[in-house]
Amino acid sequence: MTQTLADPAPATATRRVRLVYFAWVRERVGLGEEEVALPAGTETVLDLVRWLKTRDEGYAAAFADEKLIRAAIDRVHAKPGTRLAHASEIAFFPPMTGG
Amino acid sequence: MTPVIRIQREDFDLAAEVAALSAGRPDIGAVVSFTGLCRDEGGTLAALELEHYPGMAEAEIGRVAAEAATRWPLLGLSAIHRFGLVRPGEQIVLVVATSAHRRAAFEAADFMMDYLKTRAPFWKREHLADGTTGGWVEAKQEDDDAALRWS
Repeated sequence: MTQTLADPAPATATRRVRLVYFAWVRERVGLGEEEVALPAGTETVLDLVRWLKTRDEGYAAAFADEKLIRAAIDRVHAKPGTRLAHASEIAFFPPMTGG
Repeated sequence: MTPVIRIQREDFDLAAEVAALSAGRPDIGAVVSFTGLCRDEGGTLAALELEHYPGMAEAEIGRVAAEAATRWPLLGLSAIHRFGLVRPGEQIVLVVATSAHRRAAFEAADFMMDYLKTRAPFWKREHLADGTTGGWVEAKQEDDDAALRWS
C-alpha cells in the first residue's frame, strides 16, 4: 500500500502473480497453485499461456490446445486477449462441466 | 431481491429451500425448481467427483443470478451447487426461482441452469463402478449452444 499514483511501477518491472490451476490443467502442470514472476512483455492471457508452455513438458501438455484452455483473472472469466493489467490471481482450467 | 447462492459439500433439501423463499410471501404466484442428480450411466458409474474454484464459484453464480434478476421480475432466486463426491441418485445442483407469474420463474430457472453449466467453475471426474478412476467429463457443445439461446 506504499505505492501511490504519483509513483507508478514502470510497465517493464518484473511483477509477481499467483497462478492457480484446476482439473486436468492442475494434473498436467503437477501443482494446484504457484507464484511466478511475469517475464517482461507478458501483457495478455495468451502471452502468459505461451510463456507457460515453454516451462516444461507438463505445462506444454496442459496448454497444448490454446483454444480449449479457459482463464480467469481475479476470479472473473477472461479471454485470450484480455490484458493482465494489475491482476493478482490468474486461473487456468478446462471448459467447465458443472450443473 | 437478494439471490441465495451456496456452494457446499452437504446435500440440500428442496422443500426447505422452497419454503425459505415462499414463507410469508403472498405476493409469490409461481415457484419453479430444477434439481440435477448424479446418473449411474447404465450402472458403470460409482460416483462423480466435483472440483470447484472456491471464491470464484460463488462469485460467478452470483453474477449469473444478478443477470437473471435484471431480465425477469423475480421475487426470489436460490442456487445451490455441491462439490466433493456425489453418488448416483444423489443431488448435485438446485435452482429455485419465484415470481408473481409462471413464465418469469420458468425462464429464469432455465437460464440459470444453462449459464451454470457453461460459466460456473466446476469440473466433474468419473469414478467407475469397477473401482478405477475414469477421466474428466468433457464439456458438451450442446451446453454452449443452450447458453447462446439467451444472448
